[in-house]
Amino acid sequence: MAYSDKVLDHYENPRNVGSFDKADSSVGTGMVGAPACGDVMKLQIKVNEQGVIEDARFKTYGCGSAIASSSLVTEWVKGKTLEEARQIKNSQIVEELALPPVKIHCSVLAEDAIKAAIEDFQEKQGAKENDDASSSAA
Amino acid sequence: MRDDLTKNHFELFGLPAEFDIDHAELASRYRELQRRFHPDRVAGASDQERRLSMQLTAQINEAFQILKDPLKRGRYLLALAGIETDEDTDTIMEPAFLMEQMDLREELEAIRERPNAHEQLAKMGQDIAQRRKARLDQLKQYLASDDNGAYQTARNVLREMQFLEKLSHEIDALEEELI
Repeated sequence: MAYSDKVLDHYENPRNVGSFDKADSSVGTGMVGAPACGDVMKLQIKVNEQGVIEDARFKTYGCGSAIASSSLVTEWVKGKTLEEARQIKNSQIVEELALPPVKIHCSVLAEDAIKAAIEDFQEKQGAKENDDASSSAA
Repeated sequence: MRDDLTKNHFELFGLPAEFDIDHAELASRYRELQRRFHPDRVAGASDQERRLSMQLTAQINEAFQILKDPLKRGRYLLALAGIETDEDTDTIMEPAFLMEQMDLREELEAIRERPNAHEQLAKMGQDIAQRRKARLDQLKQYLASDDNGAYQTARNVLREMQFLEKLSHEIDALEEELI
């Protein structure tokens, strides 16, 4: 199957590959997988005090479309608030990368990964606030 | 003949709708069905009967492909119970499982560069084969239960098996490449 130029560009020069420390409280980690193709995607966001995503990293094992989808999303989320990042739809990824119908699930994977990362970050923050509250009450 | 078109795959083959299947029986039923509905055998029949027989032949072939393969058979049994495996759309898996899959893929990538790549690859292949076997046994066990909870667990096991199957293909591909 022929990949679009944009997919090839992200595949050959993936943006933001790598990892943040999962234990860092300013980091949210999303891990998702697509059984259909056995792809695994890890997407991480680093969020500042204002709730803005400062930086993002990804690691994806999968086809070119899955790599391109995650690479693109890490670019898109930078500078966005969590609420804005949550609005990213897989259809936007499909459109930007001109993914064919059989590769739509790669874009679903990327959308779900960013949502999972946001959720993980917010859970961590919630846990931290609870800790703070209980320690101040003590 | 028309009635046969609406049967599910197990019914068509006259086999109980169970995961544990008698493969010899399956193969002999397949040959029998193929003979009975072969389009050549209804040469004197009407156009409609011939069309029906062609449709049935296609259905028999499809059913055979599904019933003989453990993963496809498991997926089909779940679907009959109204449980879809959503392998394209449901990306939520046990995080520990996904983390392990990521580690295994990293390991596979690292093996490529090592001097004893062949040996390590063979070892990894065995390890993955064991994991697949263990899950196949689980799948058999959970699908033998009538309990809905057991079927939901079977769904997870089947979804995990998809990742391991993909990994096995990748190991095989690297083995070929390194020859």
